Amino acid sequence: MNLPTTFAIAAEETGHAVEYGDGGLAAEWAWLLVIVPFLAFLAIVFFGKRLPRQGGEIAVGAMAFVALYGAVLFILNATQGVVFEHSVEVARIGSFSIEWGWVVDGLSSMMYLVVGLLSFLIFTYALGYMKGDVRVTWFFAAFSLFAGSMLLLVSAPNLIQLIVGWEGVGLSSYLLIAHYWEKKENSSAGMKAFYVNKVADIGLIIGAFVLAIPVGSFRISDILEAVVGDSEAMQTVAIAGAVLLFIGAMGKSAQFPFHVWLPDAMAGPTPVSALMHAATMVTAGVYLLGRMYPLYAVMAPDVLRVLVLTIGAITLIIAGLLALVQDDIKKVLAYSTVSQLGYMVAAMGAGAYTAGLFHLWTHAFFKGLLFLGAGSVIHSVHSNNMSDMGGLRKSMPVTFGTFVAGTVALAGIFPFAGFFSKDEVLASFNYEGYTVVLAIGIIGAFVTAFYMARTVFLTFYGTHKGHGHPHESPRVMTVPMVVLAGLAVVGGWVNIPGLYTGFTQWVGTRAHLFEEHHGESFDWPVLALGLSAALLGIAGGYLLYFRDKETQQARDTFRIPLLWPLLEHKYYLDDLYLGGIVNPIKGPLARFVDWTNSYILDGIVNGAGFLARAVAGVVYGWFDQRGIDLAFNGIAFTTDGAGGKTRLLQTGKVQQYAGATVVGVTLLVIGFVILR
Amino acid sequence: MLLSQFLVLGALLFSLGIYGLLVRRNAVMVLLSIELMLNAVNVNLVAFGAFLQNADVGGQIFAIFVITVAAAEVGVGLAIILMIFRNRTSANIDELDLMKW
Amino acid sequence: MTVADWIAEPTNWVYLGLALVVAAAAVRVVTSTNVVHAALFLVLALGGTAGLFLLLSAEFVAWVLVLVYIGAVIVLFLFGIMITRAPTGPNVEVDHRRRAPAAMAAFLVFVVTAGSGLTAFGDDQISDLGGGTSTEVIGEQLLQRFVIPFEVVSFVLLAALIGGITLARKDASPAEEAAAEEAQA
Repeated sequence: MNLPTTFAIAAEETGHAVEYGDGGLAAEWAWLLVIVPFLAFLAIVFFGKRLPRQGGEIAVGAMAFVALYGAVLFILNATQGVVFEHSVEVARIGSFSIEWGWVVDGLSSMMYLVVGLLSFLIFTYALGYMKGDVRVTWFFAAFSLFAGSMLLLVSAPNLIQLIVGWEGVGLSSYLLIAHYWEKKENSSAGMKAFYVNKVADIGLIIGAFVLAIPVGSFRISDILEAVVGDSEAMQTVAIAGAVLLFIGAMGKSAQFPFHVWLPDAMAGPTPVSALMHAATMVTAGVYLLGRMYPLYAVMAPDVLRVLVLTIGAITLIIAGLLALVQDDIKKVLAYSTVSQLGYMVAAMGAGAYTAGLFHLWTHAFFKGLLFLGAGSVIHSVHSNNMSDMGGLRKSMPVTFGTFVAGTVALAGIFPFAGFFSKDEVLASFNYEGYTVVLAIGIIGAFVTAFYMARTVFLTFYGTHKGHGHPHESPRVMTVPMVVLAGLAVVGGWVNIPGLYTGFTQWVGTRAHLFEEHHGESFDWPVLALGLSAALLGIAGGYLLYFRDKETQQARDTFRIPLLWPLLEHKYYLDDLYLGGIVNPIKGPLARFVDWTNSYILDGIVNGAGFLARAVAGVVYGWFDQRGIDLAFNGIAFTTDGAGGKTRLLQTGKVQQYAGATVVGVTLLVIGFVILR
Repeated sequence: MLLSQFLVLGALLFSLGIYGLLVRRNAVMVLLSIELMLNAVNVNLVAFGAFLQNADVGGQIFAIFVITVAAAEVGVGLAIILMIFRNRTSANIDELDLMKW
Repeated sequence: MTVADWIAEPTNWVYLGLALVVAAAAVRVVTSTNVVHAALFLVLALGGTAGLFLLLSAEFVAWVLVLVYIGAVIVLFLFGIMITRAPTGPNVEVDHRRRAPAAMAAFLVFVVTAGSGLTAFGDDQISDLGGGTSTEVIGEQLLQRFVIPFEVVSFVLLAALIGGITLARKDASPAEEAAAEEAQA
């Protein structure tokens, strides 16, 4: 039995329609959220180099503004509920209106806070991390561009603007991943991210048009009303649109089989990984699902069950397993991100709108934190690999403490944030009766805890085996980490079933409602299973990786025979893509296109030119020289000849002239006088 | 007297003059022929004058003018022929064809 | 008017006689091989014409003809003939060899002129001639009605005079003049 959301319950009970506030001035000026980062981008590009922090201060300042404003909107929504939307027409194509606007409702304000707060903290961290970097100004410029695009995306009331923001974050991602483009593998990683995203974006764009054209408008509210309201006619449109939009979401949120770009994206600087590839950009797909959720829940529940849930579950487990074999600390966290995104997507697929968004919320805090910690470690050890680390507990206490906080949160241990969100996700699997997915989720929880424990033990315990002199990071880096650690602890307390479910309300404040189940209290069996899986994972990690050995590599010797090689080769997926798609296009297809271009297209053009020249030659030779010139020459010759003959009349003999005159006059006389 | 008899005479004299003009090789003979033609004109004029009998005896006066002009013309013409003769010692018109093609 | 009527009038007899003389003389003018003879025949033609003028009671014109034309112009001609030493002898070729075209042209002119005259004025008579035209009348008309042509003609004569003198003067080149002056000095 599905129970409606709380607001709707209240409405039914009291008999009033669901009433939300309109956000007042704060919502009307919310477009500043989008404009300020873009202005910061321009300011940094033009003035950044001259400033003491090379433009970083502009970026941090802009993000502080966004964080504050986002917080204001969030609190406004939490207290009185805001549903506000405003659009301005920018262009018109036929009957379609291209608009720019902004939305302030529960979902958007939650995203504003997450994006704003995390951007502010990570930008501050980046001030310290990117010090002395080869391109500090451009880094902050691109980072601000990203922030602006992300806010553009989450504030979009229409699909066109959403796509613009989507592509904007894709561009920024490319620019920032390839920040150290002097090394070829970094620029290749950027390109890989861009291409994989672009392939998935086909789905997004086509989906947008599939939905917009029958409805006649790109506005999300129009689409949702038309599609949800008119069940019979729009069924196919809805299903097609749902599938296509999800394909787009798969690209951005790194779902199988589009997940391959995220681990390679770790080539970018750590703040980039922290903000974009953990907390915000990759969540855009989940956000899209959330924004379009009435479409999915009401019109295409089968799509949800068959496609979204399945993909989410697959992603969840295969990425988690891949994290077991990584030596690069950032790669571990990258695969972990993919896995957690799988949880979010699977939750959405299971009909748990709130659970998916709640996990997004908590994940932003602890994954961002973990990346910052990893960055801190990398910064002091000057190496990404865990085989160069060890024993950092003593030399980097703050980093250690915050990292452990993040790990525990991610593993899902009570009372940290991840516990509540992961539990809610698992509970939703169980509620809907998806036992297979539940099992996968629980195994995933075990794996998560296991690889995080491995990471912690290899990095911070034992003795330092690397060559560097590890030291704690400066305060500008540690303070954001501490703040995030605090949030990782308390962030989950906003949605405790049975006690306080504020988050559900906040996120459920939107223009179009749909039915969703909310548990009255914890699902105790699932909770027990999940928690024990996590604890078992930590225990396993402790047993295998805690002991110090001669070399760091010696500590990391646990291998399962067939599975580990498969995992190390990433299920041969990258090889499949490279050999099956990239190389055929690069090689034969590119060569064929080149041949077509050189011989056929160029041939046509050259042939046309050759033909024109030949025709010109004929025209010149035959028509001009022999035709027209001949005609004119002929006239000249004739005149000359006639003149030559006629002048012979001038004999110079007077009598002949006289004779001619006489005859002439006589004839004239005859003609004019006599015959008149 | 018929008017037409004088006209016919005049026509005869005129055409004889033309014949002489076209046929003669000596320049002086050509001039003579021209005099003949002028004389024919005079005959015509006086005949018409007598026929019309105007108060202003226009026919006769015109005839006087013709005579006068003829005299002037002969004077100039002979002067030219003299010049030509001086240059070439011959008054043969056929040789005067320098202004030809 | 028939031929019989025409012959009945005595003036016509006179006319016929004079006309034949004039015509014959004119023919000889254009066919004579001797230049001098041609000139003299012209004198005869002109004399006959003067008689015809008398017949038409245009006395003044007749005597002007005799005086100016015969008296001055023909004399001038004779001087010109003498100076230009026109060839006079039996074997001289006086005319062009091909005379037919000229004859045809002359004949054509004769036909046109005479024909038009006859058709237009076929039966018109010259009558009531009275006693002749007095010189007084001619003089009056010359200086009243025809004064402008009179003056113009005088200019023509002046121009002819000057032209004739200029043309006929011996124009020596500067070298010859210098030589002449030296010879004199």
